[in-house]
Amino acid sequence: MSLIETLARMEAVAAGRAQPRCTVRHRHLAERPLVFVPLTTAGEVGAPLGALVGTDREKPALLAVPQPRDRDLRFAFLAELAETVLPYVDGFADAIEWEERKETDPETGKKVPVQVELCADAPQLIVPSAAGIEFVRLLGRSMRFRRTAEQEPEAPYPAPPHVPLLGRWLTHLGERARVPGASLLLPMTGLLTRHWATGQSVLEDQHLGALLAWIDPPPGTSGRAAAEYAESARDADGQLRCPPAGPATDPAFDNRLLAPAMARYDAGLPGAEEALRTLVEGQLRPTWDAVWQGIDLLRTLPAGARVPDRWKRDRWSYTAHRDRIRAGEPPQPKQDDAVTAAQKLSARETAQAQLDAQEALDDPLVMAGRRLAGEAFQGTVTAVEMAFSEGKRPMPRPLVTLRTADRPQLSGGGKLYRPLADGKTQTAEYVAAGEPGTLVVRLTGGMGRGKTPEPGSVPEPDDAVCWTLFEHAPRGGPELPDPEDTPWTHGGPPPGAADLPHPAPDPVTAEDFL
Amino acid sequence: MTAIQDPYPSTDGPFDPAAAAAAATDAILRDTLHGTRRGVVVDSPPGAGKSTLVVRAARELAAAGRPLMVVAQTNAQVDDLVLRLAEKDPQLPVGRLHSSEPGAFDPALAELPAVRTSAKIADLAGLDIVVSTAAKWAYTKVDEPWRHAIVDEAYQMRSDALLSVAGLFERALFVGDPGQLDPFSVVGAEQWAGLAYDPSSSAVSTLLAHNPDLPQHRLPVSWRLPASAAPLVSAAFYPYTRFRSGTGHGDRRLAFGVPGDGSGVDRVLDEAAESGWGLLELPARHTPRTDPEAVRAVAHVVRRLLDRGGATTSEAHGAAEGAAPAPAPLTAGRIAVGTAHRDQAAAVRAALAELGVTGVAVDTANRLQGREFDVTVVLHPLSGRPDATAFHLETGRLCVLASRHRHACIVVCRAGVADLLDEHPATEPVQLGVTVKFPDGWEANHAVLAHLAEHRVTWRP
Repeated sequence: MSLIETLARMEAVAAGRAQPRCTVRHRHLAERPLVFVPLTTAGEVGAPLGALVGTDREKPALLAVPQPRDRDLRFAFLAELAETVLPYVDGFADAIEWEERKETDPETGKKVPVQVELCADAPQLIVPSAAGIEFVRLLGRSMRFRRTAEQEPEAPYPAPPHVPLLGRWLTHLGERARVPGASLLLPMTGLLTRHWATGQSVLEDQHLGALLAWIDPPPGTSGRAAAEYAESARDADGQLRCPPAGPATDPAFDNRLLAPAMARYDAGLPGAEEALRTLVEGQLRPTWDAVWQGIDLLRTLPAGARVPDRWKRDRWSYTAHRDRIRAGEPPQPKQDDAVTAAQKLSARETAQAQLDAQEALDDPLVMAGRRLAGEAFQGTVTAVEMAFSEGKRPMPRPLVTLRTADRPQLSGGGKLYRPLADGKTQTAEYVAAGEPGTLVVRLTGGMGRGKTPEPGSVPEPDDAVCWTLFEHAPRGGPELPDPEDTPWTHGGPPPGAADLPHPAPDPVTAEDFL
Repeated sequence: MTAIQDPYPSTDGPFDPAAAAAAATDAILRDTLHGTRRGVVVDSPPGAGKSTLVVRAARELAAAGRPLMVVAQTNAQVDDLVLRLAEKDPQLPVGRLHSSEPGAFDPALAELPAVRTSAKIADLAGLDIVVSTAAKWAYTKVDEPWRHAIVDEAYQMRSDALLSVAGLFERALFVGDPGQLDPFSVVGAEQWAGLAYDPSSSAVSTLLAHNPDLPQHRLPVSWRLPASAAPLVSAAFYPYTRFRSGTGHGDRRLAFGVPGDGSGVDRVLDEAAESGWGLLELPARHTPRTDPEAVRAVAHVVRRLLDRGGATTSEAHGAAEGAAPAPAPLTAGRIAVGTAHRDQAAAVRAALAELGVTGVAVDTANRLQGREFDVTVVLHPLSGRPDATAFHLETGRLCVLASRHRHACIVVCRAGVADLLDEHPATEPVQLGVTVKFPDGWEANHAVLAHLAEHRVTWRP
């Protein structure tokens, strides 16, 4: 945990309510997000118990499985889920913009500009917590390899239509959620902890009810008391007043309410199914409301200046997957091959570096944390001395002295970066410490090509400037070989799609779809 | 799998470190030059002559008319290798491929007549040996792959880095130290845990997972670590692949011209001079990472090392054999301070500057990897912590910090680390298919602490 976050948490304890960690919102929040609150059955992996799903906070669709161990009912649930989620996901596929992109021409091998489609907006799914994201991935994995009657008329037990398609979309969203800063699928606890620091531990922050209690306690209550209530208060029947945000349910609910209700359903008693649905909705509804309360809280923050840039990448990701599905490509493989895994890791590391830089540039409070960690410094210019580089064509390399109380971890020749008003970045290098409390920095770029710097590109005395030790637009990693050129060190090329219909499944389990 | 060379031949008789090391080196060169397999893996404990082996293998390959590429992990390592190659054979044509940024390589290389530096591989065509970092090689394209490559520090190279350069060569010698810090990723990579080609694992794990029958060798003798340190480092960090020190007890000596003043700092210096290890134990306390008392204590230890006129005597070698080895003064350049975090290193640097000490290398374990000093002062990674996280427990971190010295290592630590370890057993999730590394950090930390406890000096600043 960074020093500034520790400080914010201690302040939250002292103040009795959560403290802001940001001054702007660092994640895209769709105008019409799809909220998905799932519940799962204890003791059986991948057996959904029910869900509230929808884009209208007043009218969520309730899906419930009266007997989760009955696989027909499970598929009915998944089919219903597909009918609710897919129209929303597909609803962004046709409104497009045109973007120019450089592609390698297969004949000439040259890079040529081509016009490509980019969806104007993309779907956004919000689940209550990180466990909800895992559940989305699990659902995706369990569905995407299923075959419908249309795809394989001969096979027994066909999946209902659209179920495999939903599996592919959920897999895509779950995979995209691993990219730092991506916003196609977001957990509400993650969103809230990014923007507020509570007075409890990181682990306790995973409880959506307790987290919201710290951020927005009821009037007259301290965050701590409200969080304790949300975590542990039970009614006369021993049921939690604030049910867990799922997908796991509270054992007291399972044992005392759910099990008897299921037994009544199994016995075929009239009205048992309706009673079960009411029961499941009672567990889901508080979480549903909590997610929307979180959305309201996040909407009070203005979006950071670079958030649309990152959302555009999400739109690219959505568009690319739309194209793969339209082209009839097979579902995502069970495991990545060596090259894909390396590509994903590299892309995520780049995304993490970009996210860290962009959040700091968008938000003085985040930048303050970086300054406190010695990764940036802010100060007032006290002197500017003109100097030139040596060489055939001397270029301006002015020396800027600034007064600062920050203590950056600098060493001679260290590279520095400063955002300019036009959005570009000016590079500089650290020269030496001047008098106590001052630093000398040599500008090395961002002054145009001429012998005299462009006006406004060199700071003047009394200007307040902020330099960072980290790059503002870090580059991605090197190009990797094509999967068919995987070298011998990594097992050689993966078996081609033509060789096997599926990569050999788990040899021990005959039916291995999870 | 080819049998790993045993450093303890079963025949009785005195252990001859030079002969054992030479036998291992010969076997490695035989497999490299005349073997039929595409790869050879060499495990080298700290200071076992890894760089010497790389230089020798490169020269022999070049002498056999087989041009090769060398992959190292950092620019400093590449520059160091080129300098060593030129020192051994000033006429050997060596290319140093570097990035196009200014100051990308050591200016000393420009002085070497047979060394050519360039940012473009085409400029280096036809040279016997071309050396560069993995990062630069990854952006390099060649029409025809090299027939040979040497990959240095292969355990610190990530699997995905090897993936992007492996197409450049047909066969390779992989050299590295398995006990040092594993490569890491700033983002989660759990989804690939257990896959043979997990991109966040080390290059050697991926290589051996796909080619389990490659010949594996081991260098059996550490020339850096003194006789006082090799048994502990070997037992704590390499329990199944033991190594010995190349020198015996009494071959190395650390002495001070100025007698101690009886303070805790001076007593720990005397203990370290005597036994090779010293533990300066401060009172138990939970502190921030940059514990001001511990940082000051580290700085004082360094100050006293210099003030007391330390002198090191090493075993005789080369031309001086037979003659009594002369003591060399312990200068600031021969001392290093190792920490776990960068902010701790920065705090120690500031404290040293206040005491007027300059020229001492102060850095994190990651950056001290591969370097060698006479005396090291270590701020224990778990000192003053309320918890023992995976980062602080990592075996490689402690191993790097405890194995940089030729003479003595002084650890500064708050009391109570043993209790902390007992209260925080490892809680990392078990991943299926992942080779469990032995020893784990918990075990290794206890082993080192137990040994250090015998050289403990308690001090209340």
